[in-house]
Amino acid sequence: MSLLEIKNLQVSVEDDRQILRGVNLTVNPGEVHAIMGPNGSGKSTLAHVLSGKDGYAVTGGEVLLDGADLLAMEPDERAAAGLFLAFQYPMEIPGVATMTFLRTAMNAQRKKRGEAELSTPEFMKRVREEAAKLSIDPEMLRRPVNVGFSGGEKKRNEVLQMALLQPKLAVLDETDSGLDIDALKIAAEGVNRLRSPERGMIVITHYQRLLDHIVPDIVHVFFNGRIVRTGGKELAHELEAKGYADYEQEVAA
Amino acid sequence: MPAVQETVEQVRSIDVDQYKYGFETLIETERAPKGLSEDIVRFISAKKDEPAWMLEWRLDAYRRWLTMEEPTWARVDYPKIPYDELYYYAAPKAFVAPKSLDDVDPEILKTYEKLGIPLREQEILAGVQRPEGASRVAVDAVFDSVSVATTFKEELKKAGVIFMPISEAVREHPELVRKYLGSVVPVTDNFFATLNSAVFSDGSFVYVPPGVRCPMELSTYFRINERNTGQFERTLIIADKGSYVSYLEGCTAPRRDENQLHAAVVELIALDDAEIKYSTVQNWYPGDSEGRGGIYNFVTKRGDCRGARSKISWTQVETGSAITWKYPSCILRGDGSRGEFYSIAISNGRQQVDSGTKMIHLGKNTTSRIISKGIAAGRSDNTYRGLVSAHRKATGARNFTNCDSLLIGSHCGAHTVPYIEAKNASAVFEHEATTSKISEDMLFYCMQRGLSEEEAVALVVNGFVKDVLQHLPMEFAVEAQKLISISLEGSVG
Ligand SMILES: Nc1ncnc2c1ncn2[C@@H]1O[C@H](COP(=O)(O)OP(=O)(O)O)[C@@H](O)[C@H]1O
Ligand SMILES: [Mg+2]
Repeated sequence: MSLLEIKNLQVSVEDDRQILRGVNLTVNPGEVHAIMGPNGSGKSTLAHVLSGKDGYAVTGGEVLLDGADLLAMEPDERAAAGLFLAFQYPMEIPGVATMTFLRTAMNAQRKKRGEAELSTPEFMKRVREEAAKLSIDPEMLRRPVNVGFSGGEKKRNEVLQMALLQPKLAVLDETDSGLDIDALKIAAEGVNRLRSPERGMIVITHYQRLLDHIVPDIVHVFFNGRIVRTGGKELAHELEAKGYADYEQEVAA
Repeated sequence: MPAVQETVEQVRSIDVDQYKYGFETLIETERAPKGLSEDIVRFISAKKDEPAWMLEWRLDAYRRWLTMEEPTWARVDYPKIPYDELYYYAAPKAFVAPKSLDDVDPEILKTYEKLGIPLREQEILAGVQRPEGASRVAVDAVFDSVSVATTFKEELKKAGVIFMPISEAVREHPELVRKYLGSVVPVTDNFFATLNSAVFSDGSFVYVPPGVRCPMELSTYFRINERNTGQFERTLIIADKGSYVSYLEGCTAPRRDENQLHAAVVELIALDDAEIKYSTVQNWYPGDSEGRGGIYNFVTKRGDCRGARSKISWTQVETGSAITWKYPSCILRGDGSRGEFYSIAISNGRQQVDSGTKMIHLGKNTTSRIISKGIAAGRSDNTYRGLVSAHRKATGARNFTNCDSLLIGSHCGAHTVPYIEAKNASAVFEHEATTSKISEDMLFYCMQRGLSEEEAVALVVNGFVKDVLQHLPMEFAVEAQKLISISLEGSVG
């Protein structure tokens, strides 16, 4: 069975403007898909709709995660079912220590799945290990979630959460944006460590640069609310060279 | 961290609109006849076996009260209180001051048990209900108008600390009561304080002798049980030179359709180098989501830093009551004295909160600090009202005020009304204020990580109030955190 199946997904925003115009995508366990597309084409909208954010109306199509109707679930149920979104713009939560947040999230998911909570020493051990791999200073974990974090720290914090929550399907929305090359490498290595035969990933990006570090199995070109082309990793290089001009002409024609 | 977890669990396990303390205890009570008159004042005084001076004091207050008007300046709105329809005294029937807990009506003990108040010393000593390492707490429990039990009396006595119902203190320590009662909140202070002075029923009295650090937390639990009965407690705490005491007050009431009046007075006196820490977890019945029932809470709390380098700190977590009208204040009289006010005030449903503090700087080099966190949800209104003033002689006075409001949903209101009066040019007053809204994006972020909407709200709110919670004694902080989550139940979505 495929891990994720998106069939003819159509989505509008409040003023009835259609943003997603029939998205079809199948992700099998172990696959890493890249979605590339220009700004405003609807990539973040797709990520938000998958994770259940308010403010979007699904006007057609369906989405199955492990065969279950994803769109019928609450956002927290989707998370517990194994869906993770690394946000393009992670939110700040004043007064809540990152450590507290991580633990609350992990235990909330475990509880929803009927698993026992992590003991304090076990939790601390895991956090320390994963943080070290991402060169995250333990001091950062004592600070409130994302408050005063640099762009790189925020993105690494997203990857840290992904590593701790061990999702079945991870959607990374422009995890490369705002990162210098060193930070990009650390984040990409973090993502690569999580590649596994059971896990699927959708890497959303605007630039080809990230895909030098996270090498995808399949590349999709996203344009004007739908996938207009699918190919292997060489497609990313082609896009890098030619841009989206061809697609613009197609749409205009 | 575990506290957050507990909060989260608590939220999950409780139904919306569930005030878990809303049960009633069925016991026979004796009440004074309805209404208020000199005879009723005499009745109360006689019931308490009071000396003549105390009765005179009450009558004086009553006569003054007749000439006073109910204040209207607060941002609260309620129908006229029918003072003549209320009962001003209620006591469990055949009440004789209990000599030991065995003399207390088992129904009342059951009530306190349900409330989770560890009345039985042996249980506390055995640590039955207390987490490991937690400090022991001496409890004075007030049921309707009378104090039913004070625990740890003997041990406190050894330390020289007097902790007893104020009705007993009037008889046993008249010299102390006469000297200090009404010395911080004068009989004529305000409409509600004057009413309290005439009819106050019971409350706690604490005296800590010079140089003594009170060996345990002192705590009072107030419970209104009777229908149509006003509760008027009176608390008087004196920390003599160089002493220290930490005191906690908790309150609950059954759910009822009609409103009930609560008008307490609390007076604190700190002499040279003494420190009083006064914490409140106020959880009177707030009324239902449509605004039916609930306690009208009109409270006068004031501390007098009478001695040099004395310190008084108020910490409050206000989650209950239909109406809260409350401004715990500090008079910084002694040179180098310090006043602190840490407050979390939460309103939900149709609750109205008008609360804040006054820091009156009279002495030289006096300092004060105000941290107020107001959270408004539902259709409630939440006002912070504060005054910081420096007298002409208060050279070097300093205040720092931080006043944050958090809105949940779009049908509630938060208001900040700060008054500042500096009659001394050297005074330095700093004021910070913010108003924010729990954003959908913030909640979504938490929910994407697996938290339900209510867990997400609890987490965000706990972050918002953290600066204040840390000033509560440890075990009460956990309790308060749970309470905050419960009172915000059903506030989103
Ligand atoms: N909640 C929303 N309400 C209205 N318009 C939206 C909303 N979210 C996205 N849009 C619009 O949808 C389009 C696609 O946006 P987005 O999904 O963020 O694109 P991308 O991530 O590819 O840059 C843009 O025109 C954007 O303005
Ligand atoms: Mg985007």
